[in-house]
Amino acid sequence: MSDIVEKTLTALPGLFLQNQSASGPAAAKASFSSRLGGLVRGITALTSKHEEEKLIQQELSNLKATVSAPTTTLKMMKECMVRLIYCEMLGYDASFGYIHAIKLAQQGNLLEKRVGYLAVSLFLHESHELLLLLVNTVVKDLQSTNLVEVCMALTIVSQIFPREMIPAVLPLIEDKLQHSKEIIRRKAVLALYKFYLIAPNQVQHIHIKFRKALCDRDVGVMAASLHIYLRMIKENSSAYKDLTGSFVTILKQVVGGKLPVDFNYHSVPAPWLQIQLLRILGLLGKDDQRTSELMYDVLDESLRRAELNHNVTYAILFECVHTVYSIYPKSELLEKAAKCIGKFVLSPKINLKYLGLKALTYVIQQDPTLALQHQMTIIECLDHPDPIIKREVLGEYSYLLDKETPEEVITKLYKLLRSDSISSETKAWIIAAVTKLTPQAHSSNIVERLIQEFTTSLDTCLRQHAFELKHLHENVKFMKGLLPVDKSCEDMVVDASLSFLDGFVAEELSQGAAPYKPHHQRQEEKLSQEKVLSFEPYGLSFSSSGFSGRQSPAGISLGSDISGNSTETGLKETNSLKLEGIKKLWGKEGYLPKKESKTGDETEALPVPQENIIMENVDQIITKNDQSQALTQSKEEKEKQLLASSLFVGLGSESTINLLGKADTLSHKFRRKSKVKETKNGQTTTAQNMTCSSFSSSSNVAYEEDYYLDHLQDRGDKEVKKFSLNSELLDSESLTELPLVEKISNCRLSTPSLFADNNMEVFHPPQSTAASVANEVSLAVSLLEETTEHMHSDLIEVCNNETISVSSYKIWKDECLLMVWSVFNKSASELKSANLEIAPAENFKITEQPGCCLPVIEAESTKNFQYSVQMEKPFTEGNLSGFINYQVMDTHSVQLEFSVNLSLLDFIRPLKISTEDFGKLWLSFANDVKQNVKMSESQAALPSTLKALQQELRLHVVDIIGNEGLLACQLLPSIPCLLHFRVHGDMLALWFRSSCSTLPDYLLYQCQKVRAWIDPQVPVPIPCFHPGLTRAFKAECFVSVFLSSRCKKHGKSGGDLVSKDSESPGHLCIVYPKTQS
Amino acid sequence: MIKFFLMVNKQGQTRLSKYYEHVEINKRTLLETEVIKSCLSRSNEQCSFIEYKDFKLIYRQYAALFIVVGVNDTENEMAIYEFIHNFVEVLDDYFSRVSELDVSFFSAVNQVFHSAWQRTG
Repeated sequence: MSDIVEKTLTALPGLFLQNQSASGPAAAKASFSSRLGGLVRGITALTSKHEEEKLIQQELSNLKATVSAPTTTLKMMKECMVRLIYCEMLGYDASFGYIHAIKLAQQGNLLEKRVGYLAVSLFLHESHELLLLLVNTVVKDLQSTNLVEVCMALTIVSQIFPREMIPAVLPLIEDKLQHSKEIIRRKAVLALYKFYLIAPNQVQHIHIKFRKALCDRDVGVMAASLHIYLRMIKENSSAYKDLTGSFVTILKQVVGGKLPVDFNYHSVPAPWLQIQLLRILGLLGKDDQRTSELMYDVLDESLRRAELNHNVTYAILFECVHTVYSIYPKSELLEKAAKCIGKFVLSPKINLKYLGLKALTYVIQQDPTLALQHQMTIIECLDHPDPIIKREVLGEYSYLLDKETPEEVITKLYKLLRSDSISSETKAWIIAAVTKLTPQAHSSNIVERLIQEFTTSLDTCLRQHAFELKHLHENVKFMKGLLPVDKSCEDMVVDASLSFLDGFVAEELSQGAAPYKPHHQRQEEKLSQEKVLSFEPYGLSFSSSGFSGRQSPAGISLGSDISGNSTETGLKETNSLKLEGIKKLWGKEGYLPKKESKTGDETEALPVPQENIIMENVDQIITKNDQSQALTQSKEEKEKQLLASSLFVGLGSESTINLLGKADTLSHKFRRKSKVKETKNGQTTTAQNMTCSSFSSSSNVAYEEDYYLDHLQDRGDKEVKKFSLNSELLDSESLTELPLVEKISNCRLSTPSLFADNNMEVFHPPQSTAASVANEVSLAVSLLEETTEHMHSDLIEVCNNETISVSSYKIWKDECLLMVWSVFNKSASELKSANLEIAPAENFKITEQPGCCLPVIEAESTKNFQYSVQMEKPFTEGNLSGFINYQVMDTHSVQLEFSVNLSLLDFIRPLKISTEDFGKLWLSFANDVKQNVKMSESQAALPSTLKALQQELRLHVVDIIGNEGLLACQLLPSIPCLLHFRVHGDMLALWFRSSCSTLPDYLLYQCQKVRAWIDPQVPVPIPCFHPGLTRAFKAECFVSVFLSSRCKKHGKSGGDLVSKDSESPGHLCIVYPKTQS
Repeated sequence: MIKFFLMVNKQGQTRLSKYYEHVEINKRTLLETEVIKSCLSRSNEQCSFIEYKDFKLIYRQYAALFIVVGVNDTENEMAIYEFIHNFVEVLDDYFSRVSELDVSFFSAVNQVFHSAWQRTG
């Protein structure tokens, strides 16, 4: 150990004492340093890593006990926190202390708070969930009157802050830009810089304030704003050309020594500021003569002024040279800069030499002749013991062959190779260099000697290079083609798709070799084999990208066959489905075209990939239906069908009962119809290829649409509404092909049969549900008349007991949300003083609607209570609770409580505006949020995305321009929000704007929630659905079922059925059907 | 752009680390060991800049303590090199003759570093 450390160790106690009386940061240090000091010293004294680990583990367990003890004071906590930081810094996990760090920042006094903030900034990362807990503290501290607290809050914001919470602090930080103290202004600018880095669009509207910061009277504030400008200019230099004059003026002032001396570093005025400014100028002047002309003077001056012999001036000079060579060239300046570089290269200081060589690459790219004078130096640098220097040199030698002949250089390099002082890595570099030079050399004696010598080298790397050279040398013509003289800078075109191997692959495949599967596919298969539950059908969607990506046409056609086979075997292996008699309709690629099928089939399958997956899911269910069996349904099955349809299909429709009665005939009718259509229409969907089963023909089409409209959305069952939606969809062109929608309208009526079949095969409702089903059916009849005019949700039972059953549903009226609670009296006697009350909720304005006012509910009848709900301020999800009380036969009063969930989407309505209005509104809105959502490649089709957005978020499609879409909606009563989105590649760029600051964020959140729908790559099994589920919960279920094959709520896995559980009435959970066993 | 800032002694003990991009804790230890190894293998005749993976390391040695800054390609090496010295000068001032163990009191050092960095860029 060095003397210094020893000295320090002895001096340490004194140092602590000395600092004890100091104030500010030093005092903070002193108060905890004794324990930390002990730890640090302890570790320093240790000799092995093992001992260190033991000590730290012990320390950590002590700390764990202390921090979680209730008696620990904040002061002790602060002391613990610093030790925790130290342990984590040494690489030991201290995550148990994270939450305490946040608490300390929340509750501590100034010093404790500071340690808390520091710990947070060191422990957490941007997307850590605990970070959200810090937001309130930051907001509080930002509003504090204590400058130090404000400073700390701004500091933490500039270090780490959750992206999604920016709107919460943004206004506060903007205010700080006008603060009287420059340190606050400076920190505010840096906080905004952080925001700019993580969410550029959120600070777009304050650009004007950045300009103010640039002109701030305090140099620190101005310098801070340069960070933002450098970044913004890097991204889009053309928007800031007008600021060139300002930057030039600032640089002139700095260079001229006009800044306070505080900013000097070794008597160089604000060197880093100069560098920053030079960089900005370089970006602004690139390829722009007029802008560049503005800065020639100041650059000239910078070059002249920087004559002081200090490292930092070289840093400035280097940056200056870089700028001179990146802007529009001026020969005079170029020459000066090149001369300057000469000084660098010739310098004995190794760091300078490096810098010089690096700068020389800029010079050479612009004008090789300017560098010629240095070529001897460069060659000499080859002898330099530092590999990084050589690397720079070797990058340049090829330009400098004008005077020296290649032979000379090779000889030099060869001599270098023979010397023992250099590492083998460098030798490899040199051989590579020799290889490149050889084609230009005339005599090759040395090369041959070199080959001879190094092909027997012990170093494999060297030997490889030598062999390469040897083989190239034997075929000079080829070598010359491969290594042309003047092209050392051009990149070679590499055939990444390895298409030259296609022939070989095809041949191997024809001889029975297994086809190549991409890595992720292999993993997928491995996973699916491990699990009890088969996920095979979901995995299908992965393959299309995998195959089409890199294979020759021959490969593709082979691929589809093969994947078909593997699907089949996969199914056979993992679930004992009966596959006899089932056509191979679906493979890894999606729909497998058959020879007899129409040509339109395949093209039909491709543009709507989303439906493929859904249909694949359905397909698995279908496979269980023997086709002929489905045609002649037994009586028993029909009964089940009735039961099931009453369970699933909209109780909301007054025609439910009729429908049920007709269901069978209707589906038959449709079947016939669809067959007719099949013959007529070449574009029929693949669904109709499965016509044999009444189920498949009707359900596939119905299902895919229903999928959005019905089960995932609680959107009510009115066909009329559906159709209006569909036609709206059509309005927006190119969303769906006409025939498809036509089919939907045909199929809608036969939906019940889908569920019936589903029900028969997939789950068996227990007897107990039958009674309640009957109730619900009768309830369904009594739905309000209003429901026929507006979209509404399905009836959900919110609570019940032996006498009454309360159900509720939402009617999405144009001007408000109407909540209706239906109270059904199951008993044989009448109920008196029936009263329903809704508790006032924070975010809602609730108004009771006049309905029937008799407080009596007669036996076996229903009474409706209506409330209109308005949202007072935006939120994502809220809860509305209330109770009902009634009296049974004048004896005792009974009270039942219930609650319903309301989502933001309940208050979102389409906003029908023209493209022009959209444009105007767009510009007028200040609040915006932008996010890119990654989608699976090729699936990120505009139509499916639009459809999902339109249907899930109730957005109105204003216009579609190329691959961009404009959508608009309003939050009731009248807060508009606009969405612009663009599909590019596999990214979906969403951009919300609104007059309300929080709305875009919430909508984005909703958008991300429905991503599973937007992104067809996210497979959609049928986990949990019932009209009674909230959308959010369904989303969760879908995701959880996909990930874990478990229903999140019940923890049940595949095939389990939970019906009518007590905690959430109406929740019927069907986890993806397991095969019958 | 600075990616991380390290103070490591010759024994390879980390005295201070600060990451500007999230690095997992177990990867940090690995990175730190590799970084100090590559710094220790340098001789006086070699320059203070090392290429390491996709960043550049810029280091300065003060007695037994190495200060290493990892930056990306866009950075001016010499400016960072001098920045390190500037930082040490400030520390020296703050601790009135700084020593290796002082820097372990990262609360203060972090504060200094952060302010210094914000000031200089």
